[in-house]
Amino acid sequence: MEPIIEVTSKAIPLTGNNVDTDQLLPKQFLTEISRTGFGKHLLHDQRYLDDKEQVPNPACVLNDEAYKGAKILLAGENFGCGSSREHAPWAIADFGISVIVAKGFADIFYANCLNNQLLPVCLPANIVDALMMMCSDDPSIEITVSLKHQRVMCGDVMATFTIAAHHRVNLMNGVDKIGRTLQDLSVIEDYEAKYLAGSSV
Amino acid sequence: MSKILAKTLYDKLWDAHYVTDIDGEGLLFIDRHLIHEVTSPQAFDGLNQKGRRVRRPDLTIATMDHSISTRSTSLDACGPKNALQLRTLIENCREHGVVLYPVGDDNQGIVHVMGPELGLIQPGMTVVCGDSHTATHGALGTLAFGIGTSDVEHVMATQTIRQSKAKNMRVRFEGILSEGVYAKDLILALIGEIGHDGATGYVIEYAGSAIEALSIEGRMTICNMSIEAGAKAGMVAPDTVTFEYLKGRPNVAKEVDFHALVSRWSSLKSDPDAIFDKEVVIDVSTLAPQVTWGTNPGQVVGINEPIPYLSELISTSEKDAAKKAFDYMALTEGEVLSNLPISHVFVGSCTNSRIEDLREAARIASKGHVAKGVKAIVVPGSVKVKQQAEKEGLHHIFQAAGFEWRLPGCSMCLGMNDDILGEGDRCASTSNRNFEGRQGRGARTHLVSPAMAAGAALAGHFVDIRTL
Ligand code: SF4
Repeated sequence: MEPIIEVTSKAIPLTGNNVDTDQLLPKQFLTEISRTGFGKHLLHDQRYLDDKEQVPNPACVLNDEAYKGAKILLAGENFGCGSSREHAPWAIADFGISVIVAKGFADIFYANCLNNQLLPVCLPANIVDALMMMCSDDPSIEITVSLKHQRVMCGDVMATFTIAAHHRVNLMNGVDKIGRTLQDLSVIEDYEAKYLAGSSV
Repeated sequence: MSKILAKTLYDKLWDAHYVTDIDGEGLLFIDRHLIHEVTSPQAFDGLNQKGRRVRRPDLTIATMDHSISTRSTSLDACGPKNALQLRTLIENCREHGVVLYPVGDDNQGIVHVMGPELGLIQPGMTVVCGDSHTATHGALGTLAFGIGTSDVEHVMATQTIRQSKAKNMRVRFEGILSEGVYAKDLILALIGEIGHDGATGYVIEYAGSAIEALSIEGRMTICNMSIEAGAKAGMVAPDTVTFEYLKGRPNVAKEVDFHALVSRWSSLKSDPDAIFDKEVVIDVSTLAPQVTWGTNPGQVVGINEPIPYLSELISTSEKDAAKKAFDYMALTEGEVLSNLPISHVFVGSCTNSRIEDLREAARIASKGHVAKGVKAIVVPGSVKVKQQAEKEGLHHIFQAAGFEWRLPGCSMCLGMNDDILGEGDRCASTSNRNFEGRQGRGARTHLVSPAMAAGAALAGHFVDIRTL
């Protein structure tokens, strides 16, 4: 997987709190059996006026040409709440986003982002509001998110963020988590043998 | 001498399953991995691409629930895409030696209904599934939580999961429930109180006299919706109600071995002096049946109260969310829900489709007939629930009252099949999510208990079932 170190890009201000995974990727797209191609369905109900995705909704920020090519998404509180469907982060990544800066994330969604090299950055509400304002006023404005320095910068705004050290290292190296866990297979087997013997319960 | 720290039930389950530390994260052993058609194909595909195998197929159980028809047992009933996904599950399970209970099998059902029913879920276990309502299984004293597909693949390949430890929260429901008030009302009231993300970062242990008095079915309803409060998991310490529920189920040890299990399970509780990072107490004795009015489960009121006025809401984010919800739900501030006409009723989902739920809905349904213009369906949670209900004659009661009696599955909880609402439809639903578009684009969902849903079906609008 592609390592993430630092991203500088335009940012899409997606206003509103509690944007859930049903909105991010509605159920009719969950019948796919591959991980790819979900980007065109991202935020389907808001983004298209019709079910066939022929008529874009001009009021939806994802359809605003001015943000084309943005790699950063700005979002509100409790982003990604609801279902565990990883199709939601797959859709966001497939749309071209590599960093989500939000006021808060739901737990499962946060873990799903990390598993897909999508960097979730949690910042205080007033800072996210300031960034949203700047990016709405001038869509060409660029934000820099540095995972290396755990810092978000945009004009006069500079904020640091926290992320667990292991998540940071994994994202910066693009590690295969399963491969890494399997290196400890013998430890798992030892545990299992003891556990099955009933000693640890 | 260092003092031994008092532990919560969650701490104990964590410690018992802790294998090692990998790069600063805990690695937990998983006792049961439940899988279904929607969140597993990409995980199997990932395994196959890397030449990996399901490490413990004996601890992995599959069923079909999300995208199946509730009218026919044909895999093709809901179109070629759903059929391909279902056949992919069959193929993957065969290839990796995983037991699958497909449509038409006596053990098939919604993953969170059939698992406990088969005795596959037992106190002290860790349980995961690629579905956020996995917390349901916490009702049996397990650590159970939903995971995404990458983690499904991780569990398949290693029988472990990487986790950071969550914080401990205890919710005590105290008092005696009045007639017509159910487990669903307790959990909705809790989410209303602490908010849609009030438990983010926590594992909740439910306790208190009202929990002790509840059946396992009721406890499952409560644990199920822990995720709607943002919690990682919800659990209830096992007690005699739990042991009675498990006794005699398939996959549960018999006789002498069962007694040994019970004595082991009895130690699974929080130490009396364990410290919780957060504690919430809810007095249930004055609680009314709950109805959600908005587009997240925290936007809820008692049936006898008006929905909020914007001026009563404190934070701007609450106000903004309420404005948006009023708009989507076509409601005005201060409105009373009991006069609101509904067009659909859904009794089902892993929250409320167990036998006890159907009994309560049938009890109300027997008092009349579904109102003109209302379409009402009852979808049992599993084949076993359906069989039991039919043995008790509940299906006759429902059908005589004008409800449709369907085959088990997730159905209108998420509408991946043809059980889907249209624009502007208003549904009294026993499911767990009232999100925009959840039951269909532009559809309006109000979450209620099974009895309240049945009551609404007969009246054509919400009613306080305590007055029926
Ligand atoms: S009934 Fe609904 S919430 Fe439960 S598993 Fe099915 S889709 Fe998920």
